[in-house]
Amino acid sequence: MSRVLVLALLLGLAANASAKAPVKLKVGEPAPQFIRGDLQGRSFDLKAQRGKVVLIDFWASWCAPCIVAIPHLVQLQEKYGARGFQVVGVSMDDSAKITKETMQEIRFNYPVVPGDAKLGNLYGGVLGLPLQFLVGADGKILAIRSGDFPPTALDKEIAAALKKTVP
Amino acid sequence: MRLAALIPLLTVLLLAPLTTSAAPGDALTIPAAVQIQPAELAAILKAGNAPPILQVGFSVLYQQAHIPNSQFAGPGNKDDGLLNLKSHVDALPRDQLVVIYCGCCPWEKCPNIAAAYKQLVEMGFTKVRVLYLASNFGADWVDKGYPVTRGG
Repeated sequence: MSRVLVLALLLGLAANASAKAPVKLKVGEPAPQFIRGDLQGRSFDLKAQRGKVVLIDFWASWCAPCIVAIPHLVQLQEKYGARGFQVVGVSMDDSAKITKETMQEIRFNYPVVPGDAKLGNLYGGVLGLPLQFLVGADGKILAIRSGDFPPTALDKEIAAALKKTVP
Repeated sequence: MRLAALIPLLTVLLLAPLTTSAAPGDALTIPAAVQIQPAELAAILKAGNAPPILQVGFSVLYQQAHIPNSQFAGPGNKDDGLLNLKSHVDALPRDQLVVIYCGCCPWEKCPNIAAAYKQLVEMGFTKVRVLYLASNFGADWVDKGYPVTRGG
């Protein structure tokens, strides 16, 4: 009987350990690396973007402010892409099918990778959208933004980050 | 002939109660009197007499973190989600206190919560409380240190 109790306790501890709280990311810390196949048929490797300023945009088809922001992100990609700026969208839709349907309605000029709870936890827990991480050319987080925010502020941040990367 | 002309109208009227989908922004129509603040719900949980709590948002959010003992019953913006919600509460007495929450997006932009609230009211539930999460579940619940269960 006592063996059963010990086993139950150990199993409980193991379950608890596997479900521990993700580490909240802070500005100045390295952006966690990830490689995912994007929904346009290529592979996206965050590490391979080193030297570029990267905007990681967590979004979903159900998130109205995220959808509103996408055309602005497309503009920013067009405006700054040649200077070493890259947007990557991480879709938190419940299925890739839903994301693909949205991508037929909205033009994306940047890669969109499917997200999930694992990737969400890697970024400290994506427990509400919109959520964006601006990552510098050195791979460190420059800014974290959540909720509604004006695209003009993002434009200025990207421009400033790109200035710093110029040799 | 007249009856044939009325068929489309009758069809719309018959189906109307089934279409409860709400648009983003409809959360603003949820009466303040039925809203429950995070601190208040946390106190109820702490007291150990929690009512049924249902997450009516998206599964990828629920899988990361949710209120302890809450059940995934969403999403409220989809017909499937509303059917799922209905199946979770159908057996409950209509005067049972039920708490719903989402927190996927800022309150006024949430596509789920108003539709889920409307569904429960239409089912005859008289004690529905809606957790008010101004920004999202992460900022207004998890980051405040209220209890959370991780993983699906």
